Amino acid sequence: MNVYVCIKQVPDTESKIKLSGNGIDTSGIKWVMNPYDEFAVEEALLFKKDNPSAVVTVLCVGPKSRTVDSLRTALAMGVDNAISVDAPENLDSLQTAHALSEAIKKTGDAHIVFTGKVAIDDNQSAVSQQLANFLEIPHATVISKTAYTADSIAVDREVEGGSKEILNVKLPAVIAATKGLNNPRYASLPGIMKAKKKPITELTTTELGINTDPYVEFTDFQLPPERPSVKMIEGEVDTQVAELAKLLREEAKVL
Amino acid sequence: MSQTFIFLEHSNGKLKSGSKELLSCANNANSEIHALALGSGARNAAEEAGTFGAKVIFVNEGSEYSKYNSELFVETLASAIEQSGSKIILASSSSATRDAFPRVAAKFNAGFASDCTELNLNGDTVTARKPLYSGKCSAQVNFKNCDIKIVLMRPNQIPINDPSSGTPEVKDLQTPSIEAKVTTTEVKASDSTRPDLTEAGIVVSGGRGLQNADNFQLLSEMADTIGATVGASRAVVDAGWVPHSMQVGQTGKTVAPTLYIAAGISGAIQHLAGMSSSRVVVAINKDPEAPIFKKATYGIVGDALEILPKLTEEFKKLLA
Ligand SMILES: Cc1cc2nc3c(=O)[nH]c(=O)nc-3n(C[C@H](O)[C@H](O)[C@H](O)COP(=O)(O)OP(=O)(O)OC[C@H]3O[C@@H](n4cnc5c(N)ncnc54)[C@H](O)[C@@H]3O)c2cc1C
Repeated sequence: MNVYVCIKQVPDTESKIKLSGNGIDTSGIKWVMNPYDEFAVEEALLFKKDNPSAVVTVLCVGPKSRTVDSLRTALAMGVDNAISVDAPENLDSLQTAHALSEAIKKTGDAHIVFTGKVAIDDNQSAVSQQLANFLEIPHATVISKTAYTADSIAVDREVEGGSKEILNVKLPAVIAATKGLNNPRYASLPGIMKAKKKPITELTTTELGINTDPYVEFTDFQLPPERPSVKMIEGEVDTQVAELAKLLREEAKVL
Repeated sequence: MSQTFIFLEHSNGKLKSGSKELLSCANNANSEIHALALGSGARNAAEEAGTFGAKVIFVNEGSEYSKYNSELFVETLASAIEQSGSKIILASSSSATRDAFPRVAAKFNAGFASDCTELNLNGDTVTARKPLYSGKCSAQVNFKNCDIKIVLMRPNQIPINDPSSGTPEVKDLQTPSIEAKVTTTEVKASDSTRPDLTEAGIVVSGGRGLQNADNFQLLSEMADTIGATVGASRAVVDAGWVPHSMQVGQTGKTVAPTLYIAAGISGAIQHLAGMSSSRVVVAINKDPEAPIFKKATYGIVGDALEILPKLTEEFKKLLA
């Protein structure tokens, strides 16, 4: 029984973004596993605990030279196998999904594919659904709770305003995780040591037959406009709140 | 003439403002507007869309559309888009559109960009601007090598035109057959009647400086007074004071209200990433060195627990 986890590597949330040429300056950036994908890895490991016959394989599409670090993190957390799909930096969501689907088809039929609900770099939330389309299986996104049976999963899907949709999804399926699903484990030291020795299967977009001319291209990168400096409101609390309310109404015109 | 397809979202037949924004944008670009409205009230929503320039509207009022179902929505969207023949497809970002449209894009082998904040329609070309790295920068989105282009826009980005007269051609759309591998068994509505964080015009957020969960009541009272939605920092979500659905930031919601009030929030880079495109920011913090003041329009140094109730009283006076 094959369980897959698809992860993306993104700049650490602490990273300051600087621009360079037609893109961002990647020189000072620390790359980490996308935070939502940690929930996906953990969920696959929890599933395996209850279903020992499951083989958990993690996949990452992107430049092999760096994505290998996040694959090793997943191996250190406890996944069985890792596949690196070497690809250019600027692949778009559709091509990434296509590459993942071809890599999965090559490896073995999926029982479940876990992903994170969104990558925090481009905020597209597209690859999970597109991957499901290419694998011709259903998807469920923004999942904060799961209950498994042999051929289906009951899930909670978080929607607007704190509401939840309760879904029943036939397996195989792609399940995109959000916070609350579980508490991702930290890799243990022995885990990290063992992960260093585990092999990583290497595939490329070329051998998977993926067209790498993106449909979506980013140009004209800009930093957000600087804010004018803050107006501090001084005085006794009663004067401060009266002054603030007045400024919000008369100067900022937001009330 | 260029042609644009817009998925309309409405509540009981009243168009949501995000849909009006897209209609206004396409109408200003002299594009022929095709649209789709689903569920109870769809006909009324279609009529209203006509007053914003929509020409052809596909409608299905079936009760099966009362709850979101990914398979049903994907197939229905695909069928309407195919019948319309449009190549530019627009919708406003929501739980439903973010779930369905990427899959529609895969079906049509189309280009897809979500969460955009600017939209430019010019004949058959469309470009957009999209925040990246949670708003730490942005880039122009260009479509290449693809016939169909799909853009999801963040709400509250485009000015809405005044409605005028206009009667659209309404076409009945059949419910497609689906395999039903996904069934929506129940929808648990939250008891909150406030707008969703991502759509809210005003957000009042609290952090660890509020000391405990009970003090969030001070924010609720303020929110009720000024029609705001309550948000939070991750620290208080992790502490279990409030649910994750209230978290603002890089691993929470990205908000862009006209007014954002941050009380007892230090302004960590991950929090700022989620709210820095707010138009006016008020920071209330007892530490004059807190980084949140660097992103604020107005700042008060002091105890949030003392300031919040007094500010709510001021708002009450102001709005009375
Ligand atoms: C991968 C990752 C992702 C993250 N994602 C997010 C995210 O999405 N959103 C997010 O918010 N954070 C996120 N964080 C966490 C972030 O780094 C901060 O830890 C968090 O934002 C701090 O929350 P806070 O401001 O409430 O708490 P603190 O940093 O503890 O600040 C509390 C503030 O309250 C002030 N204060 C104390 N008492 C009072 C009082 N009585 N009156 C007024 N002010 C008072 C203090 O001066 C201080 O400035 C993330 C971190 C990581 C590592």
